[in-house]
Formats: sequence, C-alpha cells, structure tokens
Amino acid sequence: MKIAVCLKRVPDTEMRFAVAPDGKSLDASGLKFDISDFDGYAVEVALRLNEQHGPGEVVAVALGPDALQETLRKALSMGVDRGVHLKADPVPFDGLSIAHALAAELKDQGFDLILFGRVATDTGNGTVGPMTAALLGLPCVTAISKLDLSGGQGTAQRELEGATETVTFPLPAVLTIDEGIARPRLPSLKGIMAAKKKPVESKSAALGTVQLTVDKLELPPERTGGRIVGEGPDAVPELVRLLHDEAKVL
Amino acid sequence: MAYTGVDFYHMDGLLSEEERAVRDTVRAWVDEHLMPIIGECYIEGRFPKQIIPGLAELGVLGANLPEEYGCAGLNNVAYGLIMQELERGDSGIRSFASVQGALVMYPIYSMGSDEQKQHWLPRLAQGKEIGCFGLTEPDFGSNPSGMITTAKETKDGWVLNGVKMWITNGSQATVAIIWAKTGAVDDPKSIRGFIVPTATKGYTAKDQKGKLSLRASDTSEIHLEDVRLPKDAILPKSGGIKSPLSCLTQARYGISWGAIGAAMACYDEALQYARQRIMFGKPIGATQIQQVRLADMLAEITKAQLLCHQLGRLKDAGTMTPQQVSLAKRNNVSMACDIAREARRLLGANGILAEYHSMRHMANLESVYTYEGTHDMHSLILGQEVTGHAAF
Amino acid sequence: MADCFAFAEFRAGAPRKVAFETVSAARKAADATGGGTVTALCIGGAGIAARAGELGRYGADRVLVVEHPDLARYSPEVFAATAAARLKTGACRAGFFSASAEGRDLAPRVAAALNVGLASDVTSFEVTPEALIARHPVYVGKAIATLRLTGTPALVSLRPGAVTAVEQARSAQVESARPALDPAAAQVKVTDLVQRAATRMDLGEAPVVVSGGRGLKAAENFKLVEDLAAAFGNAAVGATRAVTDDGWRPSSDQIGQTGRLVSPALYVAVGISGAIQHLAGMRTAKVIVAINRDKDAPIFKLADYGIVGDLFEVVPRLTEAIKRIRSEQ
Repeated sequence: MKIAVCLKRVPDTEMRFAVAPDGKSLDASGLKFDISDFDGYAVEVALRLNEQHGPGEVVAVALGPDALQETLRKALSMGVDRGVHLKADPVPFDGLSIAHALAAELKDQGFDLILFGRVATDTGNGTVGPMTAALLGLPCVTAISKLDLSGGQGTAQRELEGATETVTFPLPAVLTIDEGIARPRLPSLKGIMAAKKKPVESKSAALGTVQLTVDKLELPPERTGGRIVGEGPDAVPELVRLLHDEAKVL
Repeated sequence: MAYTGVDFYHMDGLLSEEERAVRDTVRAWVDEHLMPIIGECYIEGRFPKQIIPGLAELGVLGANLPEEYGCAGLNNVAYGLIMQELERGDSGIRSFASVQGALVMYPIYSMGSDEQKQHWLPRLAQGKEIGCFGLTEPDFGSNPSGMITTAKETKDGWVLNGVKMWITNGSQATVAIIWAKTGAVDDPKSIRGFIVPTATKGYTAKDQKGKLSLRASDTSEIHLEDVRLPKDAILPKSGGIKSPLSCLTQARYGISWGAIGAAMACYDEALQYARQRIMFGKPIGATQIQQVRLADMLAEITKAQLLCHQLGRLKDAGTMTPQQVSLAKRNNVSMACDIAREARRLLGANGILAEYHSMRHMANLESVYTYEGTHDMHSLILGQEVTGHAAF
Repeated sequence: MADCFAFAEFRAGAPRKVAFETVSAARKAADATGGGTVTALCIGGAGIAARAGELGRYGADRVLVVEHPDLARYSPEVFAATAAARLKTGACRAGFFSASAEGRDLAPRVAAALNVGLASDVTSFEVTPEALIARHPVYVGKAIATLRLTGTPALVSLRPGAVTAVEQARSAQVESARPALDPAAAQVKVTDLVQRAATRMDLGEAPVVVSGGRGLKAAENFKLVEDLAAAFGNAAVGATRAVTDDGWRPSSDQIGQTGRLVSPALYVAVGISGAIQHLAGMRTAKVIVAINRDKDAPIFKLADYGIVGDLFEVVPRLTEAIKRIRSEQ
C-alpha cells in the first residue's frame, strides 16, 4: 500500500522548560526534540501494514523548520521509505492553516491511507488530521485504537468515554492513531545508516490563512503541595477532616 | 526524571546526526530492555541471555565492521557511543558486546580467510553464534606471551591442550577464539589464533563462581583436552603476540568509552538524589561537601568525553596508536571507579541497595580496572612509550 | 447582539452532561455580546426530541432536533455537514462543541467545512468585539496558552468539566430539522457501540478520581482502589501507564501524557510514585491526595495532602472513613 504519515517535530515534554522572552513560545535552549508520541504510533502502524500486506511505500510528511530534517531521518531509520519536508518557520498554531498545506501536498498522489497521530503533544489541538481529510474530501476516522484492513475496506475501533465504537470505512481514507495500537519500534543501527541514503524532498509549505494565534504562554501557577498529613492509617481521620473542612471536596 | 546523559561542554555539537541517533537509540533500548532487569540479574549472578536477540537486532554486535558481513558499518565514534550507553546500563552487558565484537568478530575479520569471514561474521552479528576470546591463563594474565596452551600440528589439522581462565562468555559461547603456541612453549612468535566450535570434543567450560563484581556476566574457565580441529580452523593471518594484542586494542578502545557511560550513570544518580534528598531542612545538594563531589565528577566526565572523542576521530582517520588507547582506558576507568565510589557515598545508606546503581557500577568497575590490561600495565605501556625503557 | 450555536451531544437517546456545558457556554457568549439567540443542535435516533427541551434549562432559545433511525449512533460526515450548514445559515458569532471523544472528532471537520479556526480543548474563554479569547493547556498541561480566534463563526471545543453547566432557564423552541447529508450516503459507518461496565463512572466526568499504580503490587489488589472509589459514590478509577502496560488495567483507564487528561475536583493517587508522564494527566485536578510508602516519592511534591504509609493499611481505613462521612451526608 502507498501510505503517507504526517508527523510533527515537538519538544520532549519530559524536559523542564521556560517561556521565551516574547512570552508566546518556549525558550528553545536546552530543549530536545523528537517525533510527537502519537505520530510515532502512526509511523509504526504504517510500517506494520506494509509488513503484513505486502511491499508498498511509506512516505513521511512533516511541516516545520529546517531542523525537522533530523526528525524525518528518525522516521526513515525506522523504515519509512522517503520524506517530504514542507518548510515553515514558525509553525502556525492554527491547525487549519497547516491542513491546507498538507492537503495541497497530499492531493492526487494515490495514497491508500494517510495517517496522523491523534493529537500533537505540543499544541494538544488534535485538529490537523480531520481537517486535512475534510479538505481532501476523504473519509476519516479519528482516535483509532484497533485497525483491520482487507479488500479496500477498513474496520477500526475507537474508545469513547465508557464505550468502544466499531467503525467501517472505505479506502482511501485518513486515520488518526491513538495509543494502544502499536508501540513504535526503535530504529536499528543499520536503519540509521540506511536512512542517510533515503531521499528527503524539501519545498515551501502552502499554508492557509491563520485564524488562531497565541497571545500568551504561561506556566501554570506552582502548586503549593508537599503537605504530609501524617504517617500510616492513623493519619486518615485528619486527612478526611482536611478534605471536608479545608478543601471542601467531600 | 528520565536519563538524558551528561553534556556540560556541548559535545553533542561535535557529533554527526547519525552518531547522535545511534547514541539515542541505544540509550532508549537500554532504558526499555536492560534497566528494568539488571538489578535483579546482578543479585542473582546471571547474564540476561534473553536480551541477546534484541541486541543483535539493534545491530550493536560488531557494529563497526562492514555491512558486507551483515554488520552496521558504523564509524568508531558511533561504536564508542554504543559502548558508552551499554555500560551506562551495566559493565557486564558491555563486556558481552566487547567480546563478541572486538575480540571474536574482529580477529576473524582482520586475520581470517574469506570462507571464515563469510561463515562466521554474519552469524555472530545476528547473535546466532556467541563467541569468547581465550587468551588469559591461570598463570599468565598481564604476561600473555608466556602462555602454555599448545596447538600441535597433525596430519589432519591441529590438537589443542591447555587451560584458559577469566573468559567472558566462556560458558555460553558456541565458538571460541583460542590463542595457542604452535611451536615451543618459550616461543611467543609461534602464537596463532584458532576458531574452536565449543561443541568440539575436549572443550569444557566451567562458570567461575563467587564473584563480587561483573555478576551479570558469564565468566568461565575453559579446559582444552586434546581438542582436535581441522586445518582450516587456524586464523591464517595471525602470528605472534601482536595478533591477540591488536584485538585487545579494539576492545580497550570500546572500554574507554564504556567507562564514561558508567561514570555518567553514577553522576546522574547522585545529582538527582542530591536535589531531592532533604536533610537539616534543605537538599543535600545545597551543602558544600556534596557540591565538591559533584563538581569533581562533572570535571572528570567532561575531560574523559573530550579524550574519547578525539581518540575516536584518530581511529577513524587510521592513525590511532595502542598507546593512545592505553592512556584513555587507564584514565577513564580510574576516574569512573572514583566517581562510582563517591556517588555511592553521596547516596548514603540508600547507596548500598541494588535499586540504586552506583554500588553495582562501583563493584563492576573494579573488574574493568583490572581486565583488558590492568591500570598498572597501562602505566608501564605509557612509561615505555615516553622513556624508551620497558619496566614490566 | 450575537447569535451563538451549541452542539448538544446525545448518547443512547439522552443529552450527555457535556451537552449542557456547551449550551451554557453559548448562552454565556451570547449574553456577553449584548444577548443574542442561542441555537442548540442535537442529532440522534428517533425519540430524542422528547429530551430536547431540557437544553432550554441551560439557556437555549432554540433547539434544532435532527431525528433519523440511521443516526442513533454517531455519523461523522452527516453530523459535520449538518452542524456546518446550521452555523453558516445562522450567521453565528461563535459555535461551541464539547471536546468529548465525539466532539474532538466533529469540531475540526466543521471548522474545515466553514474554513474557520477552531480553538480546541478550551478551559475558559471570553468573547470580545474583535476576537474570541480562549485558554488551552499545551505541552501536556505543563503550560497554558491564551489563544486568539479571529473570523466568524469562532469555533470552540470545551474540555469536559472545565466550563460548568449553569441553569438559566429559557423556554426553548424545539424545531424538527433534517440532516444536511443523507445518512445512507455516509462512507464512514459506526457499526457497533459497546458500553463498558456501566457501574463505572467515566474518568472525564467524575468529580473524584481514584488511581492506582505499581505500589499495589498485583492486579488483584486494585480491588482496594475500586472499593475506595465505590465509597465516594461519584468516583472513577484510573491507572498509571506502568500498570496498564502490564495489563492489570485496560489502557483506556490510563491517566497520563498519552492517555486521559483529567481535571476532577479530587484526585487520590494510591501507590503512585509520580512519574512526569503521569503527572501530566492529572496535575490540573483541584485537590490531590497521595498515599505512598516512600516519603521521597515525587508525587508528594505535587499533592495537596499526603499520607506516608503502607497503602494496604491506609486505604481500607480511608474507605471506611469515607463510607461513614457519606452515610452522614
């Protein structure tokens, strides 16, 4: 199958960070970057589908600054065949603007599947996937946790609150991938070496109008935690009293 | 907090994208597959054999040997980074990879026939064959030239007799590279290398028990009693003590990097602990004595990193000398021993528990200080190099 | 005077709590701009009209009801086309969806159809003459972004529970409407919907969440956590990634960076050390309680109240105490 995976280069959220002087973005010093978690699952799904269903092609598409070439190389070292870098710096917060650029790139390329992660771990928007599908006029299923394909049709499962939904759809389709479907493989060292020789095409991104912007970025107020009420089961009455009288959550 | 290494002088900026990717990949692999089990393996005194297929698939075995033999074909800085990250996990695991790559695959690659290379290298890279290196003997450690294991030529091939000791992977190996004298026992020029499948009659291996160091590693005695080998078991291009020593140079190069990994792990553990552990109302990291410890550790790690980086570039340029490796191995292992010990002390009582890593590293590094040329031997190698006098 | 729109999510024929939240939000937005008409749209199977009037209690002036036997379950294309059509013809200033599982699927499609921006997973908002300003947690909750939405309609999806449903009754005019797309033409079809254990409250809706981690030592010991949750009466049960990876709990129970992000009034962490990726999922809870035998566990730094001790002794005691307090309430 010919599969496109759209991925995003995001800061590693395990690091400590600070807000940049402009008050709207993160201070880039000391940040490490990687493929957004859910996009990593999408890459893994694409690779496994081609391992299962016979030889095909997996293309990674990413929109962002030049530094994202290293992120594309990671996908290539996992086994993706080629990469497309849509140049944009900075990356707009508005998912629709990004979706326009992706749709322009992906149109008429004969992809059987276009995969996204359910949500990017930096913006937390979760909009680019379904928006791109809408612009391409393709069927779309979001947040899938299970996937089966056969004969040009797909069946997927989605987790709702307290329920599981089963969905069928025809190919070609756009899917966004949730956790639980596949753990991304670590690249092998041979994969890292092979990635050097795989093609990465770079072009400017045809972004749509930006209608959603960031006015301010703030760190949440520090929780003043750290109060140990007591030790062992004998501390329970005091805890309950505090929850009732002080915190008023009982 | 997740382990992110130590990079005070921004060494990452000197690495290529691939070298960083290799380092990050092995680090992530160690986090996922080794860290959860190593404390238990160490206490139980067993090498975690189940990780061998994963290590092989990752491509770390013989990683700096060419792709045509099924290896990753990485440069030597990348190879060093692999050893660094494996040893951040445990010296015993890095020892496994050092033996397989530098002491078994390397001699076959540099001294073997085409048939031997085609047959053994891909299988060793895939972990389908496990190798060990038989040089050291009960009475010949620092002085391997004095070995008394013999290989007598017969009409059909060779017959080997002797005992080797302190052999990493000795019991689990399917193939052994055995060094033996084909001539008189006082003739080191007659030392040749032999590929010995361990299932051959007369080869027995015995686990050396009672170790207080490198417990998550297979260390064995090997007995060779009339081990008969075909003619083509010999490594044709081997000859003299320089043959096994050239393998040791490869391994020592990797160990120089590996020791930094262990030191980084101990420093990171000590630093996290110093930030969190409260005593007398403040973190112990706010006290002068612990800050001096941490500053000393950071300086030694940074120096060692720069040392190895240049050593790796020299090796890739083809100009690295064994004496340059001696300097690095000696310095880096010694500083790592000190860092592990000081980290253990900073951790206080908690530092004696296996759930913390420093004391395990501290114990392991004593073996690393002693093997692959003891610290003292490397002092004399350097002394001879600069003065011209051999003081062995 | 600006008219506003709310998508009111129904499931199994009844409005979900999040439906009242979106209507309340639309009411707030309309009132903030001089008072306009709030139109709520609900789509579902036959019979939902009977419950549609309830949306008036939360401020809807008009409720459009699309009933169709093939729409008893969600149909992304039909729902999106219908909502988009109504937003367009309604000349709305702002449109509100829930960032529920369904809403997160629906809202972006509507935004793309109308070619307008969407602020998703919003925790608070204001409407000004020039823009809609919304706050939204980013970097898995480690920072808060203040967003500016320009263009009309300004579309917002609300984090469930972040905006309270406020009763401010209007006599809503309920009208029947047709889907903008023939359901038979839909390519994506929901063929099944399986409710999980009905006794369990959903993590996103429960005011109290009790979570368990590795400290529980074995899957069977989760009974302690479930008993405590049952004692509260309005609690859901969560888990850390460690225990869902090990299969002790379903992955849908995982709270954390790549799992559920929850903001309950009370979060009780049992035998959880406090790995960063877990904290990302619950740090916005109003009150956090931690029970752990390791006094150096990172969770204690975040918790408002902590008990250092053996959870196997502490939790049953706490369960008894909560039962007692509940019976007195």
